[in-house]
Amino acid sequence: MARSVAIFVTCIVDQLFPKAGLAMVDVLERLGFEVEFRSAQTCCAQPAFNSGYQDEARAVALHFIDTFADAETIVVPSGSCTSMITHHYADLFAGDSKTMERVNALTPRVFEFSQFLLGQPNLDSLAARFPHKVTYHDSCHALRELGLKDAPRRLLGLVKDLELVEMEAAEECCGFGGTFSVKFAQISGAMARTKVDSILQTGASHVVSLDSSCLMQLRGALSRGGHKVETLHLAEVLASRG
Amino acid sequence: MSAPDSAIRQTLADANLQLAIYSNTGRFKDNRVKAVAPDQLPEYQDLRTRAAAIKRHTLAFLDVYLLQLENAVNDNGGKVIWASTGEEAAEFIVKLAKDRQANLIVKSKSMTSEEIQLNERLAHNELEAVETDLGEYILQLAGQRPFHIVAPAIHMTRHDVADIFTEKLGVAHDTVIENQAMTARRVLREKFLTAGIGITGANFLLADSGAVVIVENEGNARLTHSAPKIHIAIAGIEKLIPRTRDLAVFLDLLGRSASGQTLTSYTSIVTGPRRKGELDGPEEFYLVLLDAGRTKLLADPDQRESLQCIRCGACLNACPVYRKIGGHNYPWVYSGPIGKVITPALQGKENNAWLPFASSLCGACGEVCPVKIDIPGLLIKLRKELVRSDPADRSAFRVWAWLMRRPVMYGLAGRIGRTLLRRMPLGFNFGPLAAWRSERDFPAAPSKSFRDCWKERKK
Amino acid sequence: MDSREVILERVRRALGRKPGQKPLPPPEPLLRVSYRSPAARLALFRSRLLGTVTVVPEYSGVYAVVEKLLDGQTAVASGHPYLRACELGKLAGVFTDPEELRNACATAGAGITSAYCLLAETGTIVLRACPDEPRLISLLPPVHIAVVPQDRLLTNLDEMLSMTPRPVDEDSSAMVLITGPSRTGDIEQFLVRGVHGPGEVHVVIVQGKTPPL
Repeated sequence: MARSVAIFVTCIVDQLFPKAGLAMVDVLERLGFEVEFRSAQTCCAQPAFNSGYQDEARAVALHFIDTFADAETIVVPSGSCTSMITHHYADLFAGDSKTMERVNALTPRVFEFSQFLLGQPNLDSLAARFPHKVTYHDSCHALRELGLKDAPRRLLGLVKDLELVEMEAAEECCGFGGTFSVKFAQISGAMARTKVDSILQTGASHVVSLDSSCLMQLRGALSRGGHKVETLHLAEVLASRG
Repeated sequence: MSAPDSAIRQTLADANLQLAIYSNTGRFKDNRVKAVAPDQLPEYQDLRTRAAAIKRHTLAFLDVYLLQLENAVNDNGGKVIWASTGEEAAEFIVKLAKDRQANLIVKSKSMTSEEIQLNERLAHNELEAVETDLGEYILQLAGQRPFHIVAPAIHMTRHDVADIFTEKLGVAHDTVIENQAMTARRVLREKFLTAGIGITGANFLLADSGAVVIVENEGNARLTHSAPKIHIAIAGIEKLIPRTRDLAVFLDLLGRSASGQTLTSYTSIVTGPRRKGELDGPEEFYLVLLDAGRTKLLADPDQRESLQCIRCGACLNACPVYRKIGGHNYPWVYSGPIGKVITPALQGKENNAWLPFASSLCGACGEVCPVKIDIPGLLIKLRKELVRSDPADRSAFRVWAWLMRRPVMYGLAGRIGRTLLRRMPLGFNFGPLAAWRSERDFPAAPSKSFRDCWKERKK
Repeated sequence: MDSREVILERVRRALGRKPGQKPLPPPEPLLRVSYRSPAARLALFRSRLLGTVTVVPEYSGVYAVVEKLLDGQTAVASGHPYLRACELGKLAGVFTDPEELRNACATAGAGITSAYCLLAETGTIVLRACPDEPRLISLLPPVHIAVVPQDRLLTNLDEMLSMTPRPVDEDSSAMVLITGPSRTGDIEQFLVRGVHGPGEVHVVIVQGKTPPL
């Protein structure tokens, strides 16, 4: 019997980058998983939490908890949303022992996509091929809160004909930062351009990341600068057969 | 008060300044990474944990340690001056200077004195206070405040310095950095040898020995606390650590975090005054202990952690926002991530409401903090307090939260939004979308969301 | 109420504590002292000091080494018994007269001190200000020469702190850790030595028997 995983397709992937979500499904199925999408899902609550709206964040987080309470494994195509759930739900519900029990029961079963994949024994069966020069952007929460530095790189290493070139500013923030990107658009834009310069220096044709929000920021800055570099979610690279 | 948008725009548009900020902070940042790497300092993470624990402990029993410190200072023959405000601190210094007829005061770098605008207050009383750290001296001549907590003049070039020296000191225009440093040595040496009072800051206060610890590279702090007849150290009450032995942990972290140095050139552990038979050193020693809002922070369980700061500047060098906007666009002397936390706390939240929001919450600051201050977490907590006063924003998030608990409505709203964007790809150019587009392109909206695709797939 | 009481009262209120209430003990101090042989310490110190190291087999050789280091410059030597035993006061151009200390230091080409100890891991000279070892000798002249017996060479700061619980006492108002020359990078991060203190540091490490002090 195929093992089953529930996916949490983050709101930004759902609404703006469905291809990344579909690619994740493709990869998971290729590894033999039965993928379940719970239609009640919406958002992890991070926008409200980061903006200081704790009550609103709690309400939405509870909705997430209700939606996924009985899921055995939950895979998320985002470091940032995963970290919101696994690290910051505890901040949100500190002092509410009843909910904390549910949070503690849920969070060990929530995995960021690359984190989850790396635990799989049959990664060879992916048979991914991507004949391009690629550079990898460390999204901040995946890197600093989840400690995901090697996992995505190791996965990229499995892709046939893919050349990974590290950029100098790989660990620097792209400048997205949720509402920061519009509240402080000029600073956010300047940060993105620094990142773009670093990407361009590698000569890569694609920049890959775990977070569609960072990719949206980078893509917007690349295209505004008239650069041809494309942005891809890691799942899209792993789903590719060249 | 909102962000100084036009000043920030100017900074961002100044290519030379951008390069100076980015490359200078970059060097500090890289040096730090090397200095704390496992092959250099395998116990780094353990040291951070211990340093944080010692600071937390000291703050939790600060009343006891303050009294212990005062006793030790008295035993050494010095005197503690308690100042609940910057004004009180300045009043004491002015009165002492007048009493002792010391009109010339030399100062070594002290962010605490910057914080209370000591120089301005002294000048107001016809006392000449001369900054002696090279960077601070240049800034004092230029009439600017520090650009960076540790490296005050990183925004300036040798050409700027040549201009300033020629204008203010009347020396020939010289852009050779060695010569500029030697000009400062010559001018300031004279001041050291004639000043009646030397004022230093303090990196640490040792409760058990009543000593002030001052960390520096130039030797100007040593001259400041050794040459004049009176040494005044000014320090916030949070600078305490319990024991001299705790320096083993803190000195290992401070220099490395600040500039990648294992130890800076000079670490002074001083008590004044000179002991019987000593041939030099100050004859009088005063330690000014400053509150100036710190007890308010101490009382706030959400923000107390920020008092652990040892002012190493690592968070500035790591911060992608600081590295763009530089130090002078922050409203107060403390810039960068830690400035975003302590400025609202010490200078008023409402006045500085924009600061905690001017962060992408990337977490780089928390990662490098040697005393493990969770700066991103503190920013979120400040945001929580500040959003209370923004009703429009709040309503928007209420609607958002309502929608996010109703999947069907959420799906519908998404479809409407995407359809409108597709019909008018450059329309709706106001609010957040306009702000986004002012700097970047917005992606083309797909006709189907993931959930739409999923439904079709399952059919 | 004076400011002292005001601040202490605010602190206690912030912490919910009463006057006289006992604190918990502080976390255990961490002192990392690992044994290194004298030879290993010497090699390490040599590699870490940002300056020259000269090793002298016995104290009678110090005079000649210092004479060479001075190369005809004037100098001020502290009254430290170890330096006196090495008879450095007999060197031409070396002042030891404390009456003129400040002026002498301000004009001399070099300052000669001994040291409380040396720290191998960081290349550090530790000075304790005391009647025999004034502060300005290692500070005002452009060159600092420290003459130190090898048995004062410790492994690191932690070792020094473990044997010196109080860095200052009734004889000493200050302790200074000197790690290399005075330097600044304040202009364009360009390194300049000797901006305020000595731009050159020389350490003479003396082996063999201690001289009669």
